[in-house]
Amino acid sequence: MRYSALSIFKQALAGNLGWKPVWREPEPKPHYDVVIVGGGGHGLATAYYLAREFGIRNVAVVEKGYLGSGNVGRNTTIVRSNYMLPGNEPFYEFSLKLWEGLERELNYNVMLSQRGIISLYHNDGQRDHYTRRGNAMMMEGVAAEQLDRETLKKMLPFLNFDHARFPIIGGLLQRRAGTARHDAVAWGFARGADRLGVDLIQNCEVTGIRRENGVVTGVETTKGFIGCNRLALAAAGNSSRVGEMAGLKLPLESHVLQAFVTEGLKPCIDHVITYGAGHFYISQSDKGGLVFGAEIDGYSSYAQRGNLATAEHVMEEGVTMIPGLSRVRVLRAWGGVMDMSMDGSPIIDRTSIENLYLNCGWCYGGFKATPASGFCFAHLIAKGESHHVARALRLDRFERGFPIDEAGAGTQPNLH
Amino acid sequence: MASLISCPHCGTRPKEEFSIRGDAAPVRPAPLAADEVWHDYVHLRANPRGRIREHWQHVAGCRRWLVVERDNFTHEVFAVLDAAAERGGAQ
Ligand SMILES: Cc1cc2nc3c(=O)[nH]c(=O)nc-3n(C[C@H](O)[C@H](O)[C@H](O)COP(=O)(O)OP(=O)(O)OC[C@H]3O[C@@H](n4cnc5c(N)ncnc54)[C@H](O)[C@@H]3O)c2cc1C
Ligand SMILES: [Zn+2]
Repeated sequence: MRYSALSIFKQALAGNLGWKPVWREPEPKPHYDVVIVGGGGHGLATAYYLAREFGIRNVAVVEKGYLGSGNVGRNTTIVRSNYMLPGNEPFYEFSLKLWEGLERELNYNVMLSQRGIISLYHNDGQRDHYTRRGNAMMMEGVAAEQLDRETLKKMLPFLNFDHARFPIIGGLLQRRAGTARHDAVAWGFARGADRLGVDLIQNCEVTGIRRENGVVTGVETTKGFIGCNRLALAAAGNSSRVGEMAGLKLPLESHVLQAFVTEGLKPCIDHVITYGAGHFYISQSDKGGLVFGAEIDGYSSYAQRGNLATAEHVMEEGVTMIPGLSRVRVLRAWGGVMDMSMDGSPIIDRTSIENLYLNCGWCYGGFKATPASGFCFAHLIAKGESHHVARALRLDRFERGFPIDEAGAGTQPNLH
Repeated sequence: MASLISCPHCGTRPKEEFSIRGDAAPVRPAPLAADEVWHDYVHLRANPRGRIREHWQHVAGCRRWLVVERDNFTHEVFAVLDAAAERGGAQ
């Protein structure tokens, strides 16, 4: 069913009893052209663009849980393209452009809300850094604005401007940035892919990768063997585990990132705000809850939960930035497992193993990348070569000495 | 939970006192080792799920480097040893 104002109106009159499931629940076929491991945002987007853009429709997405049960449903939903390095900025801007057309493209309301992101800074050095970042964005044709303290005071009066150690002296604004409804993004791509004939196979864990004469021929799963011509890994925090099934050793460590949501409030925070003095970021969801998070817990983790000390630290940062936050109750906290790459940037590439393709290393910034990740990964799988905005994201960049170290933290994944 | 770490020198301390270097498995190659060996050491990680050994430093305490053995799925800590003693080196 195509969604429209009329379809919603008709359903409303019929008591909303006529809605149908939006994707099929097929049994796996013995063989596909492409099998994608991971029914998160990236796997689903890859399947969608493979079918829609590149005409490869004999595709399956194999997901161990339910669609969207991974990080795509656990993130803080921030969408932006305010990156600095040439290897990243064009890619994330390509993604933001896809976001801007996504609802029309998918006929699905992903609730993209371009409310703007403001990155606060607190000293001259940080101001210079953000000026440089803004300039780098503008060199790629992406609008960026610098806001001074007085402007910010009018826009965001609830911030703690006179903090003794971290007074706010300005901010970098990207107006086109914002948030999107994370589940809806997964569902929209899933529905789109299903309608183009892609098989979405849930509750089906990949347990092995079969190779014959060194060439990948398919995957062992909890629903039996599924053969394929090309195998595409998009398993987010479990990339190392899945990669290992084919003997790959990857430049990744799995870490947990926590996020929090408060009770619903009346609209009070109009933008996404990030706190340069720490790593805190906050926005208000459409339901009214304040959604926020900060840094990763710091040590490697496969547990989809964090520790309390980090939760406390996040609250401290939040209250330092917005004193009024101390009076709001937190409803929920959760953690997601992400694959932190050695330079903090993602990997979209083929591997040394024939027919095996890799999409990983999204750290905690991969939600905004969902459409471009899917598009570029599909491009690579279909055409055998990198999409031009993803060329710098190849796996061999570490070996060749071309890391994309956006944070300047070196090869230490827990610092990105 | 890895909220508390028992330093062999200082006793049980909050994890905030420590900084974490990461996987203790990679062994620094000889200076003139081949590029691939260095690449492996600097960039590649087995990244296992389960029992692992990690380098932590007690920066807000004795400043010693430690090897923390723990389960990165359950967050259970099994052992914390001084890294130098662990290597059999001098204190
Ligand atoms: C708390 C938190 C906040 C974040 N905030 C933001 C943000 O504000 N903005 C932003 O851009 N990014 C953010 N991120 C990062 C972003 O969520 C991820 O980078 C991105 O979602 C990863 O891609 P994905 O959606 O495909 O991953 P996932 O949704 O995790 O998909 C991977 C899928 O693979 C499946 N899988 C794994 N192993 C197997 C197997 N063996 N067999 C079958 N299936 C398997 C998993 O079940 C999972 O569903 C955040 C992450 C977290 C945890
Ligand atoms: Zn100590």
